Amino acid sequence: MDIIRIKDLRKSFGNLEVLKGVDFSVAKGEVVTIIGSSGSGKSTLLRCINLLEEVDSGSIYYHDVDICNTTIDVNEHRTKVGMVFQSFNLFANMTVLKNCTIGQTKVLKRSEKEATEKAMHFLEKVGMKDFANASVTQLSGGQKQRVAIARALAMDCEVLLFDEPTSALDPEMVGDVLDVMRDIAHSGITMLVVTHEMSFAKDVSHRVCFMDQGRVLEEGTPEEIFQNPKHQRTKAFLSRIIN
Amino acid sequence: MELLREAWKILIEYWPLISRGIINTLIVSLLGTVIGLMIGLVIGALRYICNQRDRKEKKSVTIVKKIANFVFGAYVEIIRGTPMMVQAMLFYWGLKSSLQWDPFVASICIISVNTGAYMAEIIRSGIQSVDKGQGEGARSIGLSSWQTMQYVILPQALKNAFPSVGNEFVVNIKDSSVLNCIGFSELFLQAKSIVGSTFDYVTPFFVAGIIYFILTYATTFLLGIIEKRIGLPKQTMPTSQTMPAREE
Repeated sequence: MDIIRIKDLRKSFGNLEVLKGVDFSVAKGEVVTIIGSSGSGKSTLLRCINLLEEVDSGSIYYHDVDICNTTIDVNEHRTKVGMVFQSFNLFANMTVLKNCTIGQTKVLKRSEKEATEKAMHFLEKVGMKDFANASVTQLSGGQKQRVAIARALAMDCEVLLFDEPTSALDPEMVGDVLDVMRDIAHSGITMLVVTHEMSFAKDVSHRVCFMDQGRVLEEGTPEEIFQNPKHQRTKAFLSRIIN
Repeated sequence: MELLREAWKILIEYWPLISRGIINTLIVSLLGTVIGLMIGLVIGALRYICNQRDRKEKKSVTIVKKIANFVFGAYVEIIRGTPMMVQAMLFYWGLKSSLQWDPFVASICIISVNTGAYMAEIIRSGIQSVDKGQGEGARSIGLSSWQTMQYVILPQALKNAFPSVGNEFVVNIKDSSVLNCIGFSELFLQAKSIVGSTFDYVTPFFVAGIIYFILTYATTFLLGIIEKRIGLPKQTMPTSQTMPAREE
């Protein structure tokens, strides 16, 4: 049963066509990594799934409902499909805890007490419980990203999209964030990860998907992609990134 | 020296008049700034929202947004493009027969409406200075565009805009002097009436000038202290401090 099914998705920014007909699907509970060189449309694809970008044509089915061509509650959709950004995007005017409760209280209408319990649960999971009352401006990049993950999880989302979550981090922080992501991957949530961390793609994901020039060129299990890539472009990309 | 001595004499002799002028000037500029800020917050935020086209919004929504945008734009440009003295005369006399207002109430309304136009632009640029990612982060957890504005963008925009907002207060202390034209007894009008009874054209205005300067200088000083306060993070801790991902 596919939780997300994308058909012939197209998206342009001005004259630049970024997505040139993407066909792609994700099963419930699956962890999929999307790799590819910059400009291949990976991030745009994720942003379309979260409806942060308006698509030009094609469809995205979420639980078999076409979210692009039917009227749906965009905000409700976004509570189910969480997003973790490269630049964290934590609310700079709030504490760590408030970052994790504001969506719960204002969108899901949970009580302050329930929201706090939930937030603390996930903050503990990402190892940031002791920082609950700190202001986000005091945190390091790795800490911010872990809070951002907790913020998305606290909404009890079904799908979590990661848009290059470790690209803006100091090398020594990357491990902490990847550990947290590994943990979540084992908890059964559906994950869609755009990343340049090939070790994560290899070890954690169920499926790897190589995007090139606005299309999904090749997809398969990590073994298939990393050991036996079919396309010349995939080979070239992997040899460049691994060596 | 002679001028200073004369000034002192006038200050003592006309203190009741002058102190009332000071109080009126401060009340009108403070209220004008606060009410103007509220007008500016609403209009600045609305102008920002009206300039954005939401995903597949209805045609009627787009039209409403365009009309609202035009109305708010006209308000801001017309108020900023005409002298407050002209606005004061026009509103005061134009609405006097229907509202029956006294110069005090009229002054507060005029200065608020005037400040509101400047504040709307200050707030709008404050909103634009907030990192785009903040809004995206808010939208990604399902907050509506109004909630995003209310809980995430505006608090940060206000903080960014604080120096300019404070500056408007200082400007209002000085510019409220034009309200003498509708007979509001603020500091300048009091100085003018002292001139009327002493026939000395220099000293009363010299006194007024010094008082204006003290008021604006003190205000600037106070605003500077507040600015420093809100600029600091709530708790201080070295930013490089890191923690292991989880307890072993």
